[in-house]
Amino acid sequence: MSEAAANTDPSALAGPQDYFALLKPRVMSLVIFTAFVGMVAAPGTLHPMLAAVALLSIAVGAGASGALNMWWDADIDAIMTRTANRPIPAGRVPRAEAAAFGGFLSVLSVALLALASNYLAAGLLAFTIFFYVVIYSMWLKRLTPQNIVIGGAAGALPPVVGWAAVSGAAPLEAWVLFAIIFLWTPPHFWALALYKRGDYERAGIPMMPVVKGERSTRRQIFAYALILAAAGTAPYLIGMASAFYLVVAAAMGAVFITLSWKVLRADDQDHGPAKKLFGFSILYLFALFATILIEQLVGLYV
Amino acid sequence: MSDVDKTSPSAPQTTALPTDAKKQRDRRNLSIALGLGVFIILVFAVTILRIGGAGTQ
Repeated sequence: MSEAAANTDPSALAGPQDYFALLKPRVMSLVIFTAFVGMVAAPGTLHPMLAAVALLSIAVGAGASGALNMWWDADIDAIMTRTANRPIPAGRVPRAEAAAFGGFLSVLSVALLALASNYLAAGLLAFTIFFYVVIYSMWLKRLTPQNIVIGGAAGALPPVVGWAAVSGAAPLEAWVLFAIIFLWTPPHFWALALYKRGDYERAGIPMMPVVKGERSTRRQIFAYALILAAAGTAPYLIGMASAFYLVVAAAMGAVFITLSWKVLRADDQDHGPAKKLFGFSILYLFALFATILIEQLVGLYV
Repeated sequence: MSDVDKTSPSAPQTTALPTDAKKQRDRRNLSIALGLGVFIILVFAVTILRIGGAGTQ
């Protein structure tokens, strides 16, 4: 903590940008995108203004859970170099204020989504916040190396929330989108954990490479890559996407498997392939969801 | 006023904030006010739309 932060009331030094940072804007952008795809792919229509408010509610709900996560994890964020400059460990925002901010936005986002769309979507958003904060942050994160496997459900729910906001239902198609993100989460985060292992070790977080070692993690990344590549084609198989989507999903899945194979074959000290896989995994998810979005928007597949 | 009064725990204690800190606090307060304003407008607009029959079709 800086001297200035230590000697004055931290709340006096916090600016709006610090509260915005509490919302984890990069995670929020992924949530907005996947929820938007869910909304567009869902049958039915919603007034554009209500759709915009619903999307804003989902984004704010995701941000609120990010703020509550930072409140709960402030002690370990201070230890990890990747997170040490976050508003709470850097001393710019007091913990209690972050908790109040996150709690307030949680209630507000769920209420606004209920008003703009329906109770199913609002209930799913409330469950997403609860799952991320209580099940993942408070319970699983410091307990088990399966933390992000189970906790990944929270990050996978936004397209289901978006689908429910428009259609008032959560059918199989919405859960296929959920499954793609759910299966994508472990290889994505384990690739990161491979080259940030020291950070997690110091903070005492039982990430897979810390508990089971790098070799086991690399094997599991490859196994998940195989399952993910197969699951990525599911939207075509259940009839919610065209052959064009199948080509994109198959090609991206093949690259994902290839990069995971390189991670598997790499030496323990060689983290280059893990960094490449981490970067590509973001592109993979974006490509699959963007293809579904484009197909729906241009009427290629309705 | 006696010395006892001056050290009384109920006596108000104020500390002047440094200029930078005051500016930051003012910016934050303005942001909160704007955020609440936007929320109120959104709730009003959504309510009007729902009353008018807009919604899931």
